[in-house]
Amino acid sequence: MTDQLDPLAEIKASFFIECDELLEALQDGLETMDSPERSAETINVVFRAVHSIKGGAGAFGLNDLVNFAHCYESVLDNVRSGLLEPNTEIMRTFFQAGDILQDLVRLSRDELPIEPSLTAATLTDLEALLSDEVEETVEFAPLVLSFDLDEDFGLDDAAPKPAQHSFTFQASAELYASGNEPAKLFRALTELGTVTCTPDLTKLPNLSELANAECFIPWHISVDTDRTFEDVLEVFDFVDGLCTIEQIAPQTDALLPPIDLPDVANIAEPIAPAPGHIEEATDVKPAEQLSTEPDSKKVAAPKATVRVDVDRIDRLVNLVGELVINQSMLSQSIVSAQAANSTEVETGLEEFMRLTRDIQDSVMMIRAQPVKSLFQRMSRIVRESSAAVKKSVKLITEGDDTEVDKTVIERLADPLTHMIRNAVDHGLEAAETRVANGKAEQGVVRLRAAHRSGRVVIEVSDDGRGINRDRVKQIAIDKGLIPENVLLSDTEIDNLLFMPGFSTAAEVSNLSGRGVGMDVVRSAIQSLGGRITITSVPGQGTTFSISLPLTLAVLDGMVIDVAGQSVVMPLAAISETMMLGPDELKPLGANSMLVQVRERFLPLIDLAEKLGFSPKRTDFKNCIALLIANDDGQEAAIVIDAIQDQRQVVIKGLQDAYGNIPGVAAATILGDGKIALILDPGDIVVRGIDHTDTAQPQSA
Amino acid sequence: MSLSILAVDDSKTMRDMIALTLNAAGMTTTLAEDGVHGVETLEAMEPPDAIISDINMPRLDGFGFIEAVRAREAFKGTPILVLTTESGADLKARARSAGASGWIVKPFDPEKLVRALKMVAG
Repeated sequence: MTDQLDPLAEIKASFFIECDELLEALQDGLETMDSPERSAETINVVFRAVHSIKGGAGAFGLNDLVNFAHCYESVLDNVRSGLLEPNTEIMRTFFQAGDILQDLVRLSRDELPIEPSLTAATLTDLEALLSDEVEETVEFAPLVLSFDLDEDFGLDDAAPKPAQHSFTFQASAELYASGNEPAKLFRALTELGTVTCTPDLTKLPNLSELANAECFIPWHISVDTDRTFEDVLEVFDFVDGLCTIEQIAPQTDALLPPIDLPDVANIAEPIAPAPGHIEEATDVKPAEQLSTEPDSKKVAAPKATVRVDVDRIDRLVNLVGELVINQSMLSQSIVSAQAANSTEVETGLEEFMRLTRDIQDSVMMIRAQPVKSLFQRMSRIVRESSAAVKKSVKLITEGDDTEVDKTVIERLADPLTHMIRNAVDHGLEAAETRVANGKAEQGVVRLRAAHRSGRVVIEVSDDGRGINRDRVKQIAIDKGLIPENVLLSDTEIDNLLFMPGFSTAAEVSNLSGRGVGMDVVRSAIQSLGGRITITSVPGQGTTFSISLPLTLAVLDGMVIDVAGQSVVMPLAAISETMMLGPDELKPLGANSMLVQVRERFLPLIDLAEKLGFSPKRTDFKNCIALLIANDDGQEAAIVIDAIQDQRQVVIKGLQDAYGNIPGVAAATILGDGKIALILDPGDIVVRGIDHTDTAQPQSA
Repeated sequence: MSLSILAVDDSKTMRDMIALTLNAAGMTTTLAEDGVHGVETLEAMEPPDAIISDINMPRLDGFGFIEAVRAREAFKGTPILVLTTESGADLKARARSAGASGWIVKPFDPEKLVRALKMVAG
């Protein structure tokens, strides 16, 4: 038995993985049902998802899950059959039921206790939708897999008494059409005891009237067994309705010749000629509709997938990273050894470089996942949090298919959850206020993902009241975070929200006030190599914009010289490079410089000074400026000494060793084996322009 | 001779369970993911001794699958057991008229399934 337990545990584990996929399909389907794009197939998809979860759960005796899924499925079935037309209220119940199903799956997987209170309210809602229908309760006994098939069944029957059961059996023509066969049924009877079968040949028609798919012969059968007649009848379960069985009073002498039973004649009479009958039973759907004929066009089979342990992929990602470094070191040494003069070496090297890049791209693609699953989770957060604060909120998601590294997706869940809660709780006004201000009663929270300049930008926005800057500033002053009388720009005030210990909630609601502030959100984003910015328009809403690297492993960078050091600037951030001439430089105040680029003036940032490599530069002769922009579109010119080249670099995190360094995103190993810092252009622009550390605004 | 069974079910969990049960009983199990895949598989394989089919499946459901099997001359007599969580009488009748040989309700008792297969196909 123990040998069989392992495969069962394995199936159970894969059942829960399947559940995750089904829950995702359910969520998707519900959202489609709730939108104008819904079709007849939508409800089928939703139904099947719940149905499959129920089926699997039943096999493992997960009764809470089965019962809930059963009730949910019954309601969905009513929708499917047109008995129930889903309205807003019903859709809300469906979404809620989906959430609870998700909880039940999770609790069942983790083998945690399931409180009846979890499902009670929603079950009541669902049952109310079943209206007058008498709902049978399902009691699925936990399945115990026993492969001891020699064991006779029904041993639990009380006090077995040997008896003889006699009956007549008459098969109808449909019995054959359903793939059943009397001889096999009779043989199954032999497992119960000694069986005597006597054919009643008197019913046999003339040869000319014989049909090959029909059984004209009634049988007289006697079974000597210690089982009940019900047990005997169980054998004929499958052919119930396809045959007539007449019990003959027990204790009848089995050797008596078969008696002419009136029923038998009745059955035999009305049966249509067999061949025609079979056609009638089978030609319901022509085969060609199925496109399964060998020469017809193939129906797309389900996409084949392979489940792989993430650790294995990560190892591969790391190895490929090493391969990229090695390849670039090798290329460099070949160039410096001047062996590249040979065309063959040159071609080989180019091919090698291209292959390495392709491998790298492919490997990265394995790790990339659409943000959809993450966004789906957020729709639940919106539902729950809006219900908690009694606001009507609609979540709109855009760019669900945008692909991001799996780790990024996983680690975004918490910060996003917090931001969504904030938006619902603090961002959106109460319905009356909204209406009074001429807005729609229902608030909107928007989640948007897009690829922008080599990064992924995820925006969380609401159409609520916007940041009340006076209040934010006052709170910061009250909490001693900033001195009184300080002059702050709007952006600086908005950024106060990210300060540790800041919470705008005068009354901490039990929804978003969970002791986690926006500072935690920001450090979570930063730990992913991301940045978060706020834009807010009073009365119109607030947008949090998170910019993240596409992958945590590689980067296209420009290797530049700054005060004798090689550093890497992400290529995606550089919009232009230019030589600095005296005409382009304009002083601004005592300490600042502007660079004129055509009609625009951009602040000049001295990179060497910003990074602490050297004192402030006074001579800008022969310097090069890189024009870079951050995600907000703020631009700056960064002064460097020289450009070496551009190449792909493998990102090696610094945070484990050094924590967060201003202006620096990570490090890499260059082709010559030296370590170079990878810059964070957005951070440099923000710090360079503001002349303040955003985390600690100083008085002006 | 071990029995050869084709099992059609869209749930991987169910397919795994069926395969585990039948293989342990010494049967040879071939699996398909939905009705269309079932018909394709059926045509590509040595005719099985019996077929197990789910009802609720994407692309082509159990009723359609059974009808499609019965429409093929070679499989007119192949026993088909319906294995589903549904137990409504009308659904049973539909399956019956499509040409199903028998009906087993999930979650199935492995012994009963094996016994039923042996009965209809053995």
